[in-house]
Amino acid sequence: MDSLAPLIAAAINAGTPLMLAALGLLINEKSGVVNLGAEGMMLVAAIVGFAVTINTGSVTLGFLAGAAASMLLSGFFAWMTIWLGTNQYATGLALALFGGGVSTYIGIDYVGSSLQNGKFGIPYLQDIPFLGVALFRQHPMAYLALLLCGAIAWFLYRTRAGLVLRAVGESPSSAHALGYNVRRIRLFAVLFGGACCGLAGAFLALVYTPLWVEGMVAGRGWIALALTTFATWRPARVLGGAYLFGGVTILTFHAQALGVPVASQLLSMLPYLAAIFVLVLISRNANYIKLNMPASLGKHFNPGG
Amino acid sequence: MSKQTLRRALCAALLLPAAAFSYAAPAAAPLNIGFVYVSPIGDAGWTTQHDIARKELEKNLAGKVTTKYVENVPEGADAERVIRDLVQQGSKMVITTSFGYMNPTLKVAKQFPGVKFIHLTGYKTAPNVATANARFYEARYLAGVLAGKMSKSHTAGYVGAFPIPEVLQGINAFTLGMRSVDPKAVVKVIWVNSWFDPGKERDAAITLMGQGADVVTHHTDSTAIVQAAQEKGKYAISYHSDMKKFGPKAQLAAVTHHWGQYYTAQAKAVLDGTWKSTSTWGGIKDGMVKLEAINPAVPADVQKLVQTREKEIVAGTLSPFTGPLKDNEGKVRLEKGNMTDEGLNKMDYFVEGVAGKVGK
Repeated sequence: MDSLAPLIAAAINAGTPLMLAALGLLINEKSGVVNLGAEGMMLVAAIVGFAVTINTGSVTLGFLAGAAASMLLSGFFAWMTIWLGTNQYATGLALALFGGGVSTYIGIDYVGSSLQNGKFGIPYLQDIPFLGVALFRQHPMAYLALLLCGAIAWFLYRTRAGLVLRAVGESPSSAHALGYNVRRIRLFAVLFGGACCGLAGAFLALVYTPLWVEGMVAGRGWIALALTTFATWRPARVLGGAYLFGGVTILTFHAQALGVPVASQLLSMLPYLAAIFVLVLISRNANYIKLNMPASLGKHFNPGG
Repeated sequence: MSKQTLRRALCAALLLPAAAFSYAAPAAAPLNIGFVYVSPIGDAGWTTQHDIARKELEKNLAGKVTTKYVENVPEGADAERVIRDLVQQGSKMVITTSFGYMNPTLKVAKQFPGVKFIHLTGYKTAPNVATANARFYEARYLAGVLAGKMSKSHTAGYVGAFPIPEVLQGINAFTLGMRSVDPKAVVKVIWVNSWFDPGKERDAAITLMGQGADVVTHHTDSTAIVQAAQEKGKYAISYHSDMKKFGPKAQLAAVTHHWGQYYTAQAKAVLDGTWKSTSTWGGIKDGMVKLEAINPAVPADVQKLVQTREKEIVAGTLSPFTGPLKDNEGKVRLEKGNMTDEGLNKMDYFVEGVAGKVGK
């Protein structure tokens, strides 16, 4: 039992960057725009956040800079896809590749530097036996991600603005006919997605590892993209999925250290297998996905025509 | 006045033959040595140690050699192009520092028989290709002795990259060292299936510490494990480089690589015209591997014990792998005597005291 609490803590830590990115992409996609550039944006955010923190000593500034850098890229993406009408999938892929290259270039001087993390904890709560270690000693960003999850659920289903956003994703021409500025709403959604991916990238470089190395996001951007689909665009399921993925990853390490006689190569496949398994379970009900998937996802909207 | 004249005459006398020599024999131009690195040089790690060695070589043979390097070269087709470029730019000796450069090195070597090549950690040689590797496991054994003395939970954690003989030698030597001073000791192993993934390495280390390991070590390339140990208030033994600055309290010692002496000797042989293709597998005795940067917090008697064992290894009276040697399933792997190099190179099991199975 002693090892269960750190296991839960590590699962939350590993799930947090996935959740942050996936929540941003969820809003992004709810507006009808799919941005496959998440991996690239996270990489750029990771190095920019890391560089700023190394030079200023402030982790908060690092997070802000990472989010800003990623937003800038997503703004460029929005301009290309929403105004110029380029193909969203191709533009997103280009952004992912571009982000990988440019982050390596910026990062040349930062390979090998590293940050030292302090201890975190919520006063009083962190001293509760078991729960303290398991839940209340995370980096503040882990709690912020949880708050964000709640806020997004509330926004999407309880506010008028959320309704408008969903309307834009379902039927941009109807929203346009009602007098909503579809392009501007999509721009905001894409920028929000960029900011969240930025926070996730910065979290990886500032808290999770905490260091910079080329390609350190290691596919987590793609996993976050899959996670939004796998969660059928529901915030609560994003939360569950992210923690499940993080949890299974950590669990495979535990299984190894406990001497479970399974090949490590097989164990390292487990998180992906778990994700595929749940995806299959969910997609058995095709209607459910259809109901939740934004109808105009990936399609260009031209208000003039 | 006369003094000055004398000095001038002396200078001329000294300079003349040198000038004459350099005109007569253009071969006395400095030997250009090219290095191919698999990752960026960075602050710590495999490539860092090779770059330290490169600088040492430049210092040892100042004026006789010049060096250049290309970093972050992917193993495979790109490597071949980089190696050929170095030769075409005038390198008469090329040192390729990663296992995956083996075939590209041999291929280029065939095209340039006049150029000498050294390939690290490979097993194929050619008339102009030498190989070198180090007995990292010797220092791992010493690290195990240190861990055995410092661990209170009788448990150490080991983060490994891939279950290949080189890594298994390290894990087994560490375990044997640890159990030589603490027969109850257990070593837990986690494979992360990557040489470099700081996120995974860190999670693995934290998992091991969560399961009772109070000393962790690694056969991966980042500083993540030492940092994790520092944060959790546990001990760590670094690999490749001294990582003190990433975990000043945590780092008990570092198992480090030193290629400078070897590179110097090889370059000298090329300069003297006595170079021959060799396969070198050097250990502590040859100065290629060290257990260094022992934390001042380690009690003096423990430090002394480690030093004694080190002397025994150098003298050849102690070998980490000596029979009778059982694997962790009870099968006898070595009846008696010291293990042969062949046995070491084929190692595919955990010795008694390691928890878990080799993933195969």
